[in-house]
Amino acid sequence: MKRPTSLLVPALVGALALLGAACAPEEEGGGFTPGQLGAVTVAPDAPIKLGVIQAISGDTASLGQDQVRGVELAIADKGGKLLDHPVQHQVEDDLCKAEGGTTSGQKLVADPQIVGVIGTSCSGAAVPAMEIFAGKGITMISGSNTSPTLTSDLKGNKAAASQKGYFRTAHNDIVQGQAAATFAFQKLGAKKAATIHDGDPYTEGLANAFGASFKELGGTVALATAISKGDTDMRPVLTEVAATKPDVVFFPIFQPEADFIVKQAKDFPALADTKKLFGADGLLSDTYIVIKQTEGMYFSGPATPTGASYQDFVGKYEQKNGEKPIQAFHAHAYDATNMLFAAIEKVAVRENDGTVHIDRQKLMDALYATKGFQGLTGTLSCDEFGDCADPKIDIVQNTPTEKSLDQVRGNVLFTFEPETS
Amino acid sequence: MAEPTVAVEAPVTAEGDLLPARQVDLWRAVRLGLVGGLTAVFVSANGMVEAFSERALLGRVTLGSLLLVAVPLLVGYLAGRPPPVLQGFATPRPGRRNIAGGLLAGLLTGAVMAVFVTLIATFDVRRVLLNVTPQLVREDPRLLTFGLDLGAGLVLILTLDAVLGAVAGTLHLLRERWRRAVFVVALWVLAVAMLQPFVVQVLRGIQAELRIWTAPLADFLYEPSGALSVLGAVAVAAAAFVVHVLLTREGRRPLRARLSSVPDRSRRLLRLAVLAGLLFVLGLLPQVLGPFLSEVLNIAGIFLLMALGLNLVVGVAGLLDLGYVAFFAVGAYVTALLTSPQSSLGVGWIFWAAVPFVVAAAAVSGLVVGTPVLRMRGDYLAIVTLGFGEIARLLFLSDWLKPTFGGAQGIIRVRDITIGPIQIADPQAFFYAIFCFVLLATYVTYALQDSRIGRAWMAMREDEAVAEAMGVNIVAAKLSAFIAGAMLAGFGGALFATKIGSVFPHSFNVIVSITVLVVIIVGGMASVPGVVLASFVLVGLPELLREFEEYRFLIYGALLIFMMQQRPEGFIPSRRRAQELHEEEVAQDAWLGETSRAGPP
Amino acid sequence: MAKSSPEPRGPIAARRTFQLPIVDGFLWLVRIAAVLLLVVGAFNSLTSARLSGQQWRDLVGFGIAQGSIYALIALGYTMVYGILRFINFAHGEVFMIGAMTGYYVSDGLSRTPLWEAQPFLSLFLVLICCMTVSALVALLLERVAYRPLRGLPRLLPFITAIGASFFLQYAVATLFGTSVKAYPPVSALSGAFTFLGFRILKVHLLVIVAALLMMAGLYLYVEKTKAGRAIRAVAEDPEIARLMGLSVDRTIARVFAVGGALAGAAGLLFGLVFQNVHFLSGFLPGIKAFTAAVLGGIGNIPGAVVGGLLVGSVESLGPSLVLVGLGIPSAHQLKDVVAFLVLVLVLIFRPTGLLGERVSEERA
Repeated sequence: MKRPTSLLVPALVGALALLGAACAPEEEGGGFTPGQLGAVTVAPDAPIKLGVIQAISGDTASLGQDQVRGVELAIADKGGKLLDHPVQHQVEDDLCKAEGGTTSGQKLVADPQIVGVIGTSCSGAAVPAMEIFAGKGITMISGSNTSPTLTSDLKGNKAAASQKGYFRTAHNDIVQGQAAATFAFQKLGAKKAATIHDGDPYTEGLANAFGASFKELGGTVALATAISKGDTDMRPVLTEVAATKPDVVFFPIFQPEADFIVKQAKDFPALADTKKLFGADGLLSDTYIVIKQTEGMYFSGPATPTGASYQDFVGKYEQKNGEKPIQAFHAHAYDATNMLFAAIEKVAVRENDGTVHIDRQKLMDALYATKGFQGLTGTLSCDEFGDCADPKIDIVQNTPTEKSLDQVRGNVLFTFEPETS
Repeated sequence: MAEPTVAVEAPVTAEGDLLPARQVDLWRAVRLGLVGGLTAVFVSANGMVEAFSERALLGRVTLGSLLLVAVPLLVGYLAGRPPPVLQGFATPRPGRRNIAGGLLAGLLTGAVMAVFVTLIATFDVRRVLLNVTPQLVREDPRLLTFGLDLGAGLVLILTLDAVLGAVAGTLHLLRERWRRAVFVVALWVLAVAMLQPFVVQVLRGIQAELRIWTAPLADFLYEPSGALSVLGAVAVAAAAFVVHVLLTREGRRPLRARLSSVPDRSRRLLRLAVLAGLLFVLGLLPQVLGPFLSEVLNIAGIFLLMALGLNLVVGVAGLLDLGYVAFFAVGAYVTALLTSPQSSLGVGWIFWAAVPFVVAAAAVSGLVVGTPVLRMRGDYLAIVTLGFGEIARLLFLSDWLKPTFGGAQGIIRVRDITIGPIQIADPQAFFYAIFCFVLLATYVTYALQDSRIGRAWMAMREDEAVAEAMGVNIVAAKLSAFIAGAMLAGFGGALFATKIGSVFPHSFNVIVSITVLVVIIVGGMASVPGVVLASFVLVGLPELLREFEEYRFLIYGALLIFMMQQRPEGFIPSRRRAQELHEEEVAQDAWLGETSRAGPP
Repeated sequence: MAKSSPEPRGPIAARRTFQLPIVDGFLWLVRIAAVLLLVVGAFNSLTSARLSGQQWRDLVGFGIAQGSIYALIALGYTMVYGILRFINFAHGEVFMIGAMTGYYVSDGLSRTPLWEAQPFLSLFLVLICCMTVSALVALLLERVAYRPLRGLPRLLPFITAIGASFFLQYAVATLFGTSVKAYPPVSALSGAFTFLGFRILKVHLLVIVAALLMMAGLYLYVEKTKAGRAIRAVAEDPEIARLMGLSVDRTIARVFAVGGALAGAAGLLFGLVFQNVHFLSGFLPGIKAFTAAVLGGIGNIPGAVVGGLLVGSVESLGPSLVLVGLGIPSAHQLKDVVAFLVLVLVLIFRPTGLLGERVSEERA
């Protein structure tokens, strides 16, 4: 094969690049004047399209599947229709990674009919997806992103990755860190804590949030350490942890590393008391709580909603999918979808022939203005950065009497709700 | 009787100069049938059939049922194939034995499958084999028995597999040309069916951009379910057949010969025309493809960039580097550090200001990796570089270096590439940027390969001791190979960081290194066209066909094993490499050529 | 391969000698830096009284147990390399398949009364199953993937091995699921022994004893039996061995089978210690075991044992001893970094490994 010898080629292509980049998509037409972000015009009998980006494959598949089902139930509860148009949802996989967020985002952005997106599952995938959507004015509401870097530090400071048009109905992990630290300090009387994370941005963020709150309350973090995913021998790490003689060990990680920690901790007298071990919602799964060595352990996680409407929801979920809800965020996805529906209904402009116009800017403003929205997970109000959740963190304990995951989730020892400003 | 120059043991028979032809070996057919049966059981048990059944190909035929059907066809074809004709033996006449071989193999495949189906219908093995779902045999859609009940299903499996095997065996009755035509047609129909989203998007895109009336073609070819319509399939098959027949006409000179007979001036014009055409297509391609497909091309393009770099290290210089992702990560992190206002450095430069530092950092890391391994043998080199790859990832992830690199949270808000006031924000524009870089990398690759340093690398690859004895500076050669490869990977990393807009350490794992290695091996080492093709097929296709995601590495592994045995020089090999690897066969051909020219005694 | 540079003459050679001191100097700097960091870190750790003597001894015990598992896997690598000069990248997967087999068999056995009544007999049965299955997988690999490529440039079998590794991993993942499989608990193995002030876990003791027995068995097999002699002969020079009437194919197959069986046993022991296996469990131990084999001297059976114990101890002690002493936070995240750095340093200090290599003659 001959090699391209002239510089003409790259120059020509460069010129074409400028041309291509300068080409903008055509504007929406119609008698209705859209705002600066454009609008979605849904023809009569055409569906209103929703995008769904969740982790539906791999290790975190249960998290994503659970939420997709929540979204589907919300659509079904509306009779599959919104404003007399059928609702269609397109599910994409976020792979729980930034690359997945990018690809899914690009796939959905290619369709100008997408009104809003329910996603992502994992905070890492949310970062690029948010940016792609913000560029096109598309709203995204997440039911399970909890990283503080996506919204704010809850003290009024915008966080690093925060974008306009991003909302979430899941709690901010700063709250969960506060909850866990408060429980440990006040209820368990712990003065010295050790934290272990596994290099995942979620666990590291949560462990740090716990550490910061614990220090604020007056305790000391004797050791903040980490393991790597795939590690099996936890004994060296546990030796170091045991040497500091902590009152509580907070390890908000996932299986199977948590399995190793909890089993191998028994070999250390300083850690043998299971009541010193504290995990998070990543471990509230039926394969973990059946391990004998986890009896006595505490877990923090979003509070399981109570009330008749939630029981109804669980019943419908079980009937449709053949099993009980798997993870902790199905209700949050349901609420997110309903919140979006409510906002769409509020801002949509209907014409006589059935055409519906949804202005993107107005949709975003309506969502930011959401106050007192009654959802399964509580009363949702969105702040300026997109945190809409009514955060309630339950601290539960796994005891020999609790046999199933539901029972463990129901064994609430402490509920934490931050003071609302 | 004269001395035979060919080492044939039996004496020449009286009835002619040739020994009776070697016929299709029926025991081989039996063995193939059993292997085929086990393969069919494997793909059923691991869920591939079920996952692939989601994709409709033609009417009610899904990819899953095609998979089940492909096994007896394949083993039937292989079993019915006559053994290679050795010198001194007559050529076997195609006939009943081919069909018999195919039938036997197909029948045995069916038998093994039937046993399996009976087993899973009787016992519940789901506790052990998780993907053996009821939908395979017990409940609708009863994928393995094609919708029938157990009894009828077993009969169907046996007969269908036997018939398919026989049909595949019949292919050997055709002349080579028609047999190849059958394959080409089948391949085209399959490709058009599987690449439905791609084809539809291209046709619609062409209509949107060029106002050529191609979108109705998409509706003609495909049904709303995504499968090919019957008419569409027939049309594609006919077109492929006609083109193949035209291209393989008797007496038609091959392309190369035709080209070389064209006069110089016309050749230059031809070259310019081809280039202009290519530019036109490439310029329009992103607009036609839309953002998602452009994104897929971009991902493939970044891997291609890395593959070109690794090609230099592994293919040309012969240094098996398994930790290539380390350089990729260095490029990405340096870009992120320098262009993101959120990073620890927080300087927020433009991309072009960061580029020299990316190159420098990559070169330094190439040096750091290359120096300790200078004296190490090839196999040790592989493991040590793998270790370096893991070390890089762990260091970027670590809490220790978190103040600089962001730890598990990574670095976000990496700035897009800007050309003056224009920001390259969407995938279509990014495609042009990647294309320019790939072009540059290709130029650099060719330039290096043909230069002194390239020759030094190839000499080192062949035999280090001899190269050193001939005066090649091995130290300089090795280090420069690592540095060159590192710089290309660093570019890839820089582009990756700006494309995604954030860098997380989890993206830089050993899988990336292995994927790039697979791309260059399967594509053809030291061969640029091969690498280009392989990166689009191996990296682009899985993005496009999500069903393959779960089975991606299974397919990679099987592909590697298969390619190494059958075609180790890759899909589009560099001619030299192909010769090297098939040395023995080339030598034997030459020897046979000589003796046949010398004539029978 | 040139081990030391020949006497240089002339302008090209002169350039080379100029460059070599730079490289040599750099490498010496690396060695000095490594030793310095090691000493400073260890000194800080030991004098800071962060861990008690008992805890340091515990760490050593953990390291030896982990190292024994690596050693068993490393034996398979080293034997294959000694004969074929080929890294069987898929050996880690053979180990994982052994561990998986152990899970299914012990899960089945634990539902019978035999499990509680006769724990050691049950474990022995499981061991036999694991070793058999792993040996069969190794034989299959050799026959299908490696034998057709014997004699070809070394890159090809290596790539095939990588392909085989992926294939086996994902075959197990798709057939048996990606979830973690938990071994049933063995009540006889819980708890610890204390003797001479040295505390060791019962399960670790089992691992160390079993590993030692198997290594001794292998040593006897290779040194004393006829088959072992055949293996050593083929390792020395396959062509001459063939001429002397040995079946090279069968010997090589035997080597794979024995290596595979040992890896299967390692898999069971791994399962007993960590009680969890899943389809990726073989990847990291495979790489570390190869590191161990290279450390000890490839092709050298005692070397693999020494290498394995060294890698295990470095992993266990390294972060606590050196890294924490140097003030690095979350030191255990970097334990693999320590292990690989040790490999690099040993290969720079001593390219043929600690106990020297024993490989077949380079085929011309």
